[in-house]
Amino acid sequence: MSLAETLSEITRIPGVHGALVVSRDDGLVVADALMEGVEGDAVAALAASLAARMRGVTTALGQPEPVLLMLAGTDGTLLLAPGPSGLLLVAVAGSDVNVSELRLGVLAAAGTAF
Amino acid sequence: MRAIERWVERPLETFLTESAARVTLLMTSSGQVVAQHGFTRSLDVMSAAALGAGILASTAELARIMGARPLDTVVHQGTAVGVYLAGFETPRGRWLGLVVFGQETSLGLVQLFFARLVSDLAQAAPAEAPARQVLAEDFEDELNSSLRTLFGR
Repeated sequence: MSLAETLSEITRIPGVHGALVVSRDDGLVVADALMEGVEGDAVAALAASLAARMRGVTTALGQPEPVLLMLAGTDGTLLLAPGPSGLLLVAVAGSDVNVSELRLGVLAAAGTAF
Repeated sequence: MRAIERWVERPLETFLTESAARVTLLMTSSGQVVAQHGFTRSLDVMSAAALGAGILASTAELARIMGARPLDTVVHQGTAVGVYLAGFETPRGRWLGLVVFGQETSLGLVQLFFARLVSDLAQAAPAEAPARQVLAEDFEDELNSSLRTLFGR
């Protein structure tokens, strides 16, 4: 499955504002499918930073790296799925998204893509 | 962090906090160092300023030869540290920024917050003192003058 197809699997979920594949080391966008108004570069940089910090936390706790990170806000949700190949799958969704569906979609897409 | 002009301090402090950059140098295209963070010796600032300006000038010329649009940003990514070098416009004329960052941050974050620094500087810049013409022979004089101010000698 191509990266574009992977992103499409996520963006077809109602309430999703965009999805990105991000380079974990440098926080740059590798591929994206975003609605207008979503700042892809900013999301990529901050999501990679968040993933790196969470990796630091789990490492300090002697635990394996998480397979999914969810940041829930009042206006929306951010889901991150780190992959073993140095990539990170990121989904940006509004508050109206079905979080369970998004969670399954991101995990499935990350498993296929990475 | 030390700045020659006070209005630069707050935007630069914000950038340093957000980006976690190790070293930052802001200078005009004529060689005047406007602010620096992370340097302890004026000699290092002088070398970095001259080399950074040279690299950007080289890439600009390369772009001209290729018939491409000017290349405003150059990134050197190493295993331990990276260098982000960018030219940008301010109400005070064209400036250059040199940022050295380590593994505690990322190129994406540096790039993101540098763009915000450029925007913040544009908003914070006082209206007076329009940009004057840049002459190559002024570069060294301007550089030495600003280093004396920054390092007190």
